[in-house]
Order: sequence, then structure tokens, then C-alpha cells
Amino acid sequence: MIHLPDQLYINASSLISQQVVYKDRRPVFSDQGSDLQGFLRSAYQGLQVNYPKFYKMDNLSKLGWLCAEWLLRDHFSGEVYRPQDVGVVLSNANASLDTDIRYFESTRQFASPALFVYTLPNIVIGEICIRHHFQGENAFFIFEHFDANFIEQYVGNLVNNNILQACICGWVDCLGDGYKAALFLVEKKPGPQAMEFTAENILTIYHSDNG
Amino acid sequence: MKRQIIEQLNMQDITPEDIGDDQPLFVEGLGLDSIDALELIVLLQQHYKIKLSNADDGPKVFRSVRTMAEYIMAHQAQNA
Repeated sequence: MIHLPDQLYINASSLISQQVVYKDRRPVFSDQGSDLQGFLRSAYQGLQVNYPKFYKMDNLSKLGWLCAEWLLRDHFSGEVYRPQDVGVVLSNANASLDTDIRYFESTRQFASPALFVYTLPNIVIGEICIRHHFQGENAFFIFEHFDANFIEQYVGNLVNNNILQACICGWVDCLGDGYKAALFLVEKKPGPQAMEFTAENILTIYHSDNG
Repeated sequence: MKRQIIEQLNMQDITPEDIGDDQPLFVEGLGLDSIDALELIVLLQQHYKIKLSNADDGPKVFRSVRTMAEYIMAHQAQNA
């Protein structure tokens, strides 16, 4: 007998693109007057949380951390799950190249230890997990373009096989002034804003900034 | 030097006035971590041309802003 995978749900989404933060496809924060660095700082201050380590992160981690913060506020109660039941699966096109270049430039004078620790793309996953106490399966994939089909299959497999009960997944990419982050909260039970976890819906959300 | 520490460690929500001269820099004080310790070593090299030759001196030198300043002044007096 063939066991069909259960329908999973996107219970929340967040998107950061072109100096705008979207929560569930609605703009919730914007700062068009800044460069990326300034925008990330003002978006953090807009959250009104106290997390001094934010300032020490590289841009990729700041971007992913902010996107996760918007994703999980209001909709997510961490107490429902054991820490090992919540995982993070991310992808992007430029790995940690943005910080790799900055670190390489720092080595001309004094190699910066603070930059060096961010010269891996999966550090952003660590920052999100530390903040929210997640200890479940995690992975970071590098693709040329955002791949909704892969996310649907990979995350669907993790949750349907009970390796995870909930997963934060998506895309966090940053190189120079170019960036985009799109995160999805995937769970087994539908919440009030739920969309079915399908590649089509993932893509619809990903492009909701018209980008 | 407090300003240099803030800049080196990218502590954007802290002003020099927030750091006490004798406040511990690590754990219960300013809450710095091991990466910050490496950055402080870079700060000494970059701004004061001081290489911390003995790693065991680290906890003593980086206990507070005052101990850092004393270490720098002692080093400068030695090389004057």
C-alpha cells in the first residue's frame, strides 16, 4: 500500500526585498532612505527587541535573522514543540561570498576574527537557532536560482518522515547591495493564515514583492 | 580607548559612558565572548603595535578597560 504524504501548511511567511519587509505578503516595514547596512539596522530597531549580538553579525546573518524574527512573531509558539523538532533549511545563490570578500580585504592589514566566523553560509542558520532555541535538522543549499520544487520536496520529506515537526525554510541571499530573503513556516496543522505547502504557493509568496 | 573597543567590536548600542573603567569586559560585565577577545588582540596590534606574546596574560590584560590601559602604558614605558 502506497502511503501518500500528508498535506503540510505554510502558516506564515516573511520577505525582505528592496528595503521593504513583508509579513504574510503585506508590507510591515519600509526604509527607502538607507543603503543595505542602514536598512538592516533600522529594520532591527523597528522590531523593538533587545539583541545586541545583532550588530556583530554579517549582512547575510542580519538579513536571515530579521526575516526569521518577522516570520515567527505572532504566529509561532515555540513551546508547542521540543527544540529538536524544529529545523531550518535555507538556500541561496552566493553562499557567504559577501563576507568572504570583506574578510579577504581585511587580511591585507589585520585579518578580522569577527568577520572570519561568518565565512560560511550556514552561520545564519546558527544565529536563527540560537535566538529561537531550535535544535532540529538543518541544512544550507547553494542554487543558482530559488528552487521552490526542491524546498517542497526536501522539507516535505523531513516533516512527513517525522524528522521535524516544523521547519523554517526558504532563501536568504546577499552580495553587495543585492539581497533578498523569503522564509516560510511549515507545519503539519493549518493556522489561521495557512496556505497549502506547495511549490506553486511557495513561488507566489517568493514573488509577492513583484521581484 | 572605550571608543576604540566599541568600534572594534561593533557595539552600536553602547556608548563610552556605558563602560565602567573597572567593569569586567567578559561574561557578567560587558558580555564579550572569545571572538571579541581575538578582536581585542587585533586592536592592541593595530592601534598600539603591541603583540600579546603570552596567551596566559589575556585574562589579566583584558579584565577591564583599566587593566588594558595599564598594560598599554606599561608596554609604552618599556619601549620609550
